[in-house]
Amino acid sequence: MTFKIPIFMDNHSTTPMDPRVLEAMLPFFCDDFGNAASRNHAFGWKAEQAAELARDQVGALIGASGKEIVWTSGATEAINLAIKGVAEFYKDKGNHIITGQTEHKATLDTCKRLEKQGYHVTYLPVRSSGEHAGRIMPEDVEAAMTDHTVLVALMLANNEIGTVHPINEIGAVVKKRGALFFVDAVQGVGKIPFDVNESKADLVALTGHKMYGPKGIGALYVRRKPRVRVVAQIDGGGHERGMRSGTLNVPGIVGFGRAAEIAKAEMATESVRIAGMRDRLRDKLFAALPEVFINGSWEHRLPGNLNISFAFVEGEGLMMAMKDVAVSSGSACTSASLEPSYVLRALGIGEELAHTSIRFGIGRFNTDEEIDYVANHTIEAVTKLRDLSPLWEMHLEGVDLKSIVWAAAEH
Amino acid sequence: MAYSEKVIEHYEHPRNVGSMDKNSDEVGTGLVGAPACGDVMKLQIRVEDGIIKDAKFKTFGCGSAIASSSLVTEWVKGMSVDQAALLKNSQIAEELNLPPVKIHCSVLAEDAIKAAIADYKAKQAKRQA
Repeated sequence: MTFKIPIFMDNHSTTPMDPRVLEAMLPFFCDDFGNAASRNHAFGWKAEQAAELARDQVGALIGASGKEIVWTSGATEAINLAIKGVAEFYKDKGNHIITGQTEHKATLDTCKRLEKQGYHVTYLPVRSSGEHAGRIMPEDVEAAMTDHTVLVALMLANNEIGTVHPINEIGAVVKKRGALFFVDAVQGVGKIPFDVNESKADLVALTGHKMYGPKGIGALYVRRKPRVRVVAQIDGGGHERGMRSGTLNVPGIVGFGRAAEIAKAEMATESVRIAGMRDRLRDKLFAALPEVFINGSWEHRLPGNLNISFAFVEGEGLMMAMKDVAVSSGSACTSASLEPSYVLRALGIGEELAHTSIRFGIGRFNTDEEIDYVANHTIEAVTKLRDLSPLWEMHLEGVDLKSIVWAAAEH
Repeated sequence: MAYSEKVIEHYEHPRNVGSMDKNSDEVGTGLVGAPACGDVMKLQIRVEDGIIKDAKFKTFGCGSAIASSSLVTEWVKGMSVDQAALLKNSQIAEELNLPPVKIHCSVLAEDAIKAAIADYKAKQAKRQA
């Protein structure tokens, strides 16, 4: 066995840092530690120069100029700045925002706060089945737009089911109606092609740690031509052209820049290799186990995402049995709320199946050998837990579980 | 969230997994929970002369749910039906060191043994009628 246990296969939650990224960052801790805002000495100049290079590297990954990149502490902050910043700046133009039901909580909860302040928000449902399951289509966006719509906020790819929205087509629709377009590109950038001009995005949220960079560094792309404005949400020294005050996290920025550079150079070959591993895992699981279901569109999906429901086996119990593998589950039991994943629910997947879902997130540092190990480990765990499952027993006896009046009305 | 050692121990070596003939007069079956809630327990007891001679379970749920039902089957074996009916979820939660978010697993296990006893008693009442 040439790999270490436990195996990390949860690359949508975060990614290990690429050693090349660490190498780029190291000088900026103890040697070149200057404050990028120090304009009058060599330490400051060096830090500023490094941050500017990283700006260009991150910009280049999405077809933007470095001048359009605003550094933030991460994607959550970038999303907050984009949505709140636009809503506030353009409030005289309109008070309607469109987003999707399967967006990240950073978007949904930001929109909910704006609703309390009097904005109107439309939460678009996603397609529930077929090739477009989990997607929002351009016509859905178009139908929701009104003369008061100032912002459409949608993700490039979903963090749970990996579904990729037709973002370029949606961008065209948004622009036709003259609204601004914000793309939460956290999960997709560096994995699938994305370009700010092809998508006509006005604002784009990014983060370092989902693309083998460091945690604690993110960016918001803010279009310059035509100029898009946001009201700053953090007050202070007026850094980042007044849009985000606070001393720059130079080592993080350098790392994010290097990570973006690597992603740009290697994405085309890497995505094929990762999709190959993902398909290998799917094929092995499907060959060995009956009653397993893919959640979300198979055709329009991130290369590293495999979200599967293993019917009759509860997700958290399954993760406990798969203790050698780090994955995640849409089961209620993994959250404090005891509600299963809202993303799976938005797809129209029944609660009973949502509780049985596992998300495998395959990344740069996984290997075929690990895939084979994880497949066998998963098959063993599912088989063991089905032997323990009263629902599996009833299924084998031909009992229709939907015909049963279940005793527990509460969770 | 870390699991207690006792939960892990029961989860990895569950006691008394299996099924009994639910149509037998000696067997009481409790099926509680719901798939939509992420927890379903089936707990069965076989009673002779008022004493629980055997107990079996199958559980769909998280590790704490599996451990709770495994523990209950272990405890009730050898108890009288009336003793078993007095079992409280707090005893299960305490024994397994369940965190607050998992207390519902112990509640479900208490419900399961109570439902199994009620089923057994209903069968006996029917036989005598």
